[in-house]
Amino acid sequence: MSRPPSAFAPQTSPTGQWLIPVGSVMAGSLVTAIPFIATFPVLPPFGLMILLGWRLMRPDALRVWAPIPFGFFDDLVSGQPLGSAVMLWSMAFLAIDMLDQRLVARDFWQDWVLATGAIAFALIGGRLIATGIEAHVDTLLLFQVIVAVLLYPFVARLIAWLDLKRGRA
Amino acid sequence: MASPRNRRPGYSRRAQYSLFIGYVIAIAGVLVGAILLLISKLDPPAFSALRAGTAEVTAPVSWGVGSVVRGIGAIPGWVGSYFGVHGENARLKEQVQRQEQVLLKARAIAYENIRLKKLLNMREPAIEDIINARLVSSSASSTRRYALVYAGIAQGVHAGMPVRGPDGLVGRVIEAGPDTARVLMIIDPESVIPVRRLKDGAPGFAAGRGDGLLEVRPIAMTTGQFAPGDILVTSGTGGIFPPNVPVAKVTERSRDSALAMPLARPDALDFATVMKTYLPPPPAPAQDTRP
Repeated sequence: MSRPPSAFAPQTSPTGQWLIPVGSVMAGSLVTAIPFIATFPVLPPFGLMILLGWRLMRPDALRVWAPIPFGFFDDLVSGQPLGSAVMLWSMAFLAIDMLDQRLVARDFWQDWVLATGAIAFALIGGRLIATGIEAHVDTLLLFQVIVAVLLYPFVARLIAWLDLKRGRA
Repeated sequence: MASPRNRRPGYSRRAQYSLFIGYVIAIAGVLVGAILLLISKLDPPAFSALRAGTAEVTAPVSWGVGSVVRGIGAIPGWVGSYFGVHGENARLKEQVQRQEQVLLKARAIAYENIRLKKLLNMREPAIEDIINARLVSSSASSTRRYALVYAGIAQGVHAGMPVRGPDGLVGRVIEAGPDTARVLMIIDPESVIPVRRLKDGAPGFAAGRGDGLLEVRPIAMTTGQFAPGDILVTSGTGGIFPPNVPVAKVTERSRDSALAMPLARPDALDFATVMKTYLPPPPAPAQDTRP
């Protein structure tokens, strides 16, 4: 996990080290507070996308068990039944960890594929948990997944920028 | 790029253990999530206090951001209405004249209705509004359809109360916090509302589909299908929703049900009225058994 600081490591403040990843993921979950009354699921799961971004780009920024508290917070603000994100996000992150051990090297394209799998898994799983099978939400859910996947590169850019800030802080 | 993570933390026992314990906690998280999920499925209001506590913090923020957005969003409207004002004026004058007659007739009917009810000695529960409040945010990323209304127990809002907008029914309160309440909207896939057709009172049920539309089924097949153009209002059956609140307009007929568009367009909502539950809930059974 966290390596011992070397003498050559850039000087960083310990608060910014964890505050920026934690704050950014929570801010992503809080996007649901935007003053807008939705008719169908329109908003991509920004909390999950930012958490995935940190996990895939800076695996040392957050602990292995980070999906538990973040998922809990997301459930409180998202309207899903409490526990659904805790379970689904933890499962997705364990799966990513397992795939990570198989992959020797990966670049952004593989990151994107992993993120796509995790986003689709979390959204479809969340739909199955929260809504009955007879509800007419599947087409809309597919669009939500596509939009979220297409937005992931922007989230990745945002995290790269935040990571730069974090290093300099 | 090689994976930045060095999987093996080296020869330090402490680092190895901490990595191992991290994984143990992560796997335990899946189980904890499943248990929480089971609790919230079996007993939906179990975590309402936690959710209400979070909403206490987010609602003022949503409200503040909403005021700014509405202010900016109104500017194109001002400009547009400045140019369109003459044509609109003429059209509205004509409309007022046409509706004057209808209004007079409706007033006469309403008066007659009151008189007849008095003659019959009919007792009717009063339809009372609790408060007008702003809808501040919604569950936009979820397949469930909840809205957050910025009024709670402190303002007299309690779980079960119906909520209407200016155009029609919005839903009902399912969880009330100190200053906020969560509203289950009528378009939620788990919402079912007893309705009747405005023109002849044919009863039916309007269930949410999850995609912004309602699915309407008649109770009795003999009364016939709901046809496009039919207006549906609440029937008052069940005692939660007061009768005659507009709900939806039928748009399309399918085999044994019809599709309807809610009259309260949720994306255009800002204000909502929380109403008193139409009939008070029946007393607890413990009181009934007393001799």
